Amino acid sequence: MDMKKNPFSLHVNVDDFIPATDAEKEYMVQMRPSTTFFKDGMKRLVKNRIAFASLIIIILITLASIVIPFFWPYKYDAMLGIRPGKPVDKSYNNLAPFEYGKTELKKIENGEKVFPHVFGTDSSGRDYFIRVVYGTRISLAVGFFASIIVLIIGMTVGSIAGYCGGKVDLIIMRIVDIIYSLPDMLMVILLATVMKQVLGPAIDGTVLAKLGSNIISLFLVFALLYWVSMSRLIRGQILSLREQEYVLAARATGAKGSWIIRKHLLPNCISVVIISTALQIPSAIFTESYLSFLGLGVNAPMPSLGSLASDALNGVSTYPYRLVIPAIAISLIVLSLNLFGDGLRDAFDPKLKR
Amino acid sequence: MNTKTLLYILKRILLALLTVWVVITVTFFVMRAVPGGPFLSEKAVSEAAQKALEVKYGLDKPLMEQYITYLKDIVTKFDFGPSIKLRGRMVIDVIADGMKTSIKLGLIAAFAALGCGIVLGCVAALTRNSVLDKIIMVITTAFVSMPSFIMGTLLLLIFSVKLGLVPANGETVKGLVMPIITLALYPMAYITRLTRSSMLDVLGQDYIRTAKAKGVAPVKIIFGHALKNSLIPVITYFGPMLAYIVTGSLVVEQIFAVPGIGRAFVSSITGRDYPLIMGTTIVLAILIVVMNLVSDILYTVVDPRINLE
Repeated sequence: MDMKKNPFSLHVNVDDFIPATDAEKEYMVQMRPSTTFFKDGMKRLVKNRIAFASLIIIILITLASIVIPFFWPYKYDAMLGIRPGKPVDKSYNNLAPFEYGKTELKKIENGEKVFPHVFGTDSSGRDYFIRVVYGTRISLAVGFFASIIVLIIGMTVGSIAGYCGGKVDLIIMRIVDIIYSLPDMLMVILLATVMKQVLGPAIDGTVLAKLGSNIISLFLVFALLYWVSMSRLIRGQILSLREQEYVLAARATGAKGSWIIRKHLLPNCISVVIISTALQIPSAIFTESYLSFLGLGVNAPMPSLGSLASDALNGVSTYPYRLVIPAIAISLIVLSLNLFGDGLRDAFDPKLKR
Repeated sequence: MNTKTLLYILKRILLALLTVWVVITVTFFVMRAVPGGPFLSEKAVSEAAQKALEVKYGLDKPLMEQYITYLKDIVTKFDFGPSIKLRGRMVIDVIADGMKTSIKLGLIAAFAALGCGIVLGCVAALTRNSVLDKIIMVITTAFVSMPSFIMGTLLLLIFSVKLGLVPANGETVKGLVMPIITLALYPMAYITRLTRSSMLDVLGQDYIRTAKAKGVAPVKIIFGHALKNSLIPVITYFGPMLAYIVTGSLVVEQIFAVPGIGRAFVSSITGRDYPLIMGTTIVLAILIVVMNLVSDILYTVVDPRINLE
């Protein structure tokens, strides 16, 4: 009571030293362990049922596209009707699902087991199922690596612009402005058309030739054109994060530069980066399938989902399932990647949540 | 309009001009980088004939001189030179011919997408979390995840091949229905989602609550207060929508055999008709850049709150 009357008194208030009651002790107990940024985000992500289901679908598709070719008895480029030393067996071309070629039927009559052609075969007698699986693998790989390329270039340029500021920033951002306002699809088509001609002879005989000039030109196009939005994003992040009050507060409490970068700038930046990389993958898959449709995608006989769909166009009235299967695969992959990306954004960047 | 806005618009116009110049330059030099030049595919052309062709198309001159002539012809006469594969035809005539059909197609698709998208978006926002809203969102999500060529071929398969409702050939008026639908579905789905989220955003604003508290009729709140402001983000989508329709028309015209600029472009790629590829790229690029410019300027004029930095 005395304390209030004389706040500057040096007398100790005895009331402050009474042992804590049980209720007060309970108040101090840590209800749950403190969580890290990553754990917190993961918890939110798992709670988001749609995003989690999409993640599972993506993982299943990816695993299937990697594992299945190992034990599937047919190869993606093996024309089943062609046997060395014998005339081409046309009965293998254009098989309907679960039908067999002539020699296979004989084997079955003899009691041997023949692995079924689940989706039939294509016009050259290649097992369609394994082509779809392989096409999925290629489309996913193209999407993944294209986004990594975009991420690396965008992050480097963006952080240079953000950190250096001044003239460097100004010049880089003007270049970014121009590339950003270029009509990307038209430029992609133009570059892909030309690079197909230029790269073809240049990489002949090297390891890259196996990949095919078209895929490489696709990656080059991504590296040349698509990094701009990523670098804009990262530059903006770094500029705004540098000025945040919690960075100022950390600095005021004596935090060192490296601590601020590790604990404040990176975690806040990385979520945006991961999210936009995740959303870049479906757009790369889209672009690849679009180019494949125009005949500028992967080189034959390598399949991608886009080239399978465009190849199927010729016989669409007779063999509609050959179009529908890759169409469903592309749509499923793009849809689940998009939904997963949205979920990631909601989980790791709650500020953006609508 | 204050000076800051005017300055911004001026800056955007300069950037657009610069972009067009970059497109022309990149297109020119990239095309000239093709080994052997445009006549490589011609079979068994004698050396003299090759020389004569090069002189005719001006390919014997130094590269910089060719570039300056090309640039000058475009700027002063809008002339892209003659086509290589379509003998006796100028590139600009081929483009103009194709444009007639393509512009019709694109405009109808754009307006259909805008109309349906805005209505569906409003319905979804106003019946938020209802079954109707969920159905609209699921359908639009599916449309956004489907490449245009797959949508086109599936529609072709269902309505032309299986049901026989519309001709698969796009040369008749009836045949244009399917390509228009194919082109319009993706932007429609996108606009629906855009309108829905911005409508929800606007409906949560203070001035809407004030209007409700004042006792303004719900219809008037929606149409008088909310709709106008929630359409602002849609304006920013004009540019990307046009870009989508232009690139989409490349495959859609191919699928439905529409005699438009998209089909001319694709056949110029497969036929390696370089002047036609260059001309079409540049014309389409100018179209997209101008549309982006217009939608950016409209956006700043309509919404004065926008930070111009």
